[in-house]
Amino acid sequence: MKEKPWKPWLLLSPSLTAVFLLLIVPVCFVVVYSFWLRAPSGMDIPAFQFGNYAKFFADSFYPVILLNTIRVALETVFICLIMGYIPAYFFYRTESRLKPFLMILVMLPFWISFIIRTLSWINILGDSGLINHLLLKYSLISTPLPMLYNEGAVIMGLIQYLLPFMILNIYVSLDGIDKSLTEAAQSLGCTEWQAFREVTLPLSLPGVSAGCLLVFVLTCGTYLPPMILGGPNNEMIANLIFKRVIGTLDWPFGSAISVILLLLLVIIVYTYNRYMGINQIFKSLSKG
Amino acid sequence: MGEDLKKRLDDVYENYRNGNITRRDFVKFAGIAGAALGLAGGPFGLINKAFASKSITCHSWGGTTSEALRKFAFDPFTKATGIEVIDAAFTGMDAFLTQVKASYPPGGEFNIAHLSAVYDYARYTDLGFGVVLDESKIPNLKNVMTKMTDTLRGITNGTLSAVPYDLGQTGIAYNTKHISKEKAEELGASLLYDKSLKGKLGSWGGDFRTNMWYAALHTGQSPNNITDVDAVWDALTEQRSMMKKYWASGSELMSLLANGEISATVAWSGRVAALQDQGHSIGYLAPDGTYSWMEYMYVLKGTDLEVAQKLLNFMLEPEAAIAVAQGQKYPPALDPTKVEMPEDVKKLPAFDPTGKLNGYLFADPAYWNKHQLEWAEKWDRIMAGA
Repeated sequence: MKEKPWKPWLLLSPSLTAVFLLLIVPVCFVVVYSFWLRAPSGMDIPAFQFGNYAKFFADSFYPVILLNTIRVALETVFICLIMGYIPAYFFYRTESRLKPFLMILVMLPFWISFIIRTLSWINILGDSGLINHLLLKYSLISTPLPMLYNEGAVIMGLIQYLLPFMILNIYVSLDGIDKSLTEAAQSLGCTEWQAFREVTLPLSLPGVSAGCLLVFVLTCGTYLPPMILGGPNNEMIANLIFKRVIGTLDWPFGSAISVILLLLLVIIVYTYNRYMGINQIFKSLSKG
Repeated sequence: MGEDLKKRLDDVYENYRNGNITRRDFVKFAGIAGAALGLAGGPFGLINKAFASKSITCHSWGGTTSEALRKFAFDPFTKATGIEVIDAAFTGMDAFLTQVKASYPPGGEFNIAHLSAVYDYARYTDLGFGVVLDESKIPNLKNVMTKMTDTLRGITNGTLSAVPYDLGQTGIAYNTKHISKEKAEELGASLLYDKSLKGKLGSWGGDFRTNMWYAALHTGQSPNNITDVDAVWDALTEQRSMMKKYWASGSELMSLLANGEISATVAWSGRVAALQDQGHSIGYLAPDGTYSWMEYMYVLKGTDLEVAQKLLNFMLEPEAAIAVAQGQKYPPALDPTKVEMPEDVKKLPAFDPTGKLNGYLFADPAYWNKHQLEWAEKWDRIMAGA
């Protein structure tokens, strides 16, 4: 039968149109805006100049915030990895009938608004929040512990948002590993720990790296946890973009910062794809 | 034909307001008139005019403010005229201006905005989002404090693109469990720089003006003519080290104060009054040079002016304006020498019984807008610890 090469494109056309109109075109707008100038009144003046980019790198203020964002993202990735691997491994190994229910528990946070989840930490970590209230009530402390409006609170907010992504990515990777491989390793003299270290862990690395990439990218672009749970020292790059665009109506400079962030993330994703393959992420997401 | 029909519609509306015709007849006539006007406007005029005559959007501050507007102004207006008022909330003036700027054509998707401070009246006007209101269609404007309307007229060459609606202050809220009234009054604006409050201070992160205003007062300068701006930046940098949270919204401000997270902060007078009403131990301090502002209903370009003017006139009726003021805890723009105010309104912060607003210090729009970009960026840097 004669092949019809246009058929896949026809089927893909609604999605491609949506991606083109809702992603590619807006990103192009942002790139174009990043070369424009801003008038004191807030009007944008069409131009082609690199002043906005030069401004970003002219002093340490903006790069430092970018580096801080990367540092917080790496910390979040590390903690999510530690916290995420254990439940993922449990799901992989368990034969319990409760497994589907437990998997739903992982997904449960997605059913509640991200903003509500983030705000709820105020009632838990605040000076008059649940933890301080109990500690004060039982005289374990004399003044409330400063648990809110600092980097720890921001990272906690990020973890509760991103942990499910990490768990699902690792679990999908683990789920693809033939359990008989570890049994074979053990039958050849490996201890359980050695079998995990030599067989399971290396085979699960694609899922681990996919989870790390996803968590890293999402952390770099998020601004709600730093805004709601952070203090004066916890500015992240997305908050900076928000302030430039919303606060000062400086769309050209806000666009330039966005493009810099975008380029950074594109480089990271490109590097990842070159060495690991981007397909792992899609597998995990489709499993979720 | 269109003008004639509109006039007749107005007459019917007035009759309806006066109880001379039933609501059923009013709606029936409005429907026929709307259809006729639509047909007269060509194939698309029908849809456009029908939509325009049926609804109008009003953006406000959300929370108690929007609730008061909805309950005491919008719902009664809809009941009286059949015109729906779509009640929307913005997160802040800057965010809303971004939305308006992003809409195409500018202002077309938005109708009326409950904006604050004269410098924003100037900003919206400078960006070309304003209109010229027909004041003869807003007879209740005569009851508004003259100083408020004159201030807006000064920016738009004697015309109005908004009607003043209420006024308020950004003063200082403090927790009376930790700070005595005497101490607060003694320190005035410097309460926000008291080292004993380290880790228990808050401020509005979203507005450089408010922070610079109180830093100017703290350093002994006039907020509308800061001669030593470095001293202001130094004061704000020093204050930052004592800051627990730069809050971003009115509800966050109320939450921080109510939960005892912070002991002192700049605060909007109406929000403090609401907290006091709820029984929280929060004091309000309005030191010399307190930051006063007026709020107004700004009509954006692209709005059906007939409907907008009708709504604004309705909102300025003493009965509606006073009820809204009681609900949102900000005094109305109505002149107390022309309209009798109830006792609870007279007790609201920023209420001026003379109606002249002498001694009230408002931000000079030309001065603040001139420095907006430079100072907003500097403020961001200070907040971020640069």
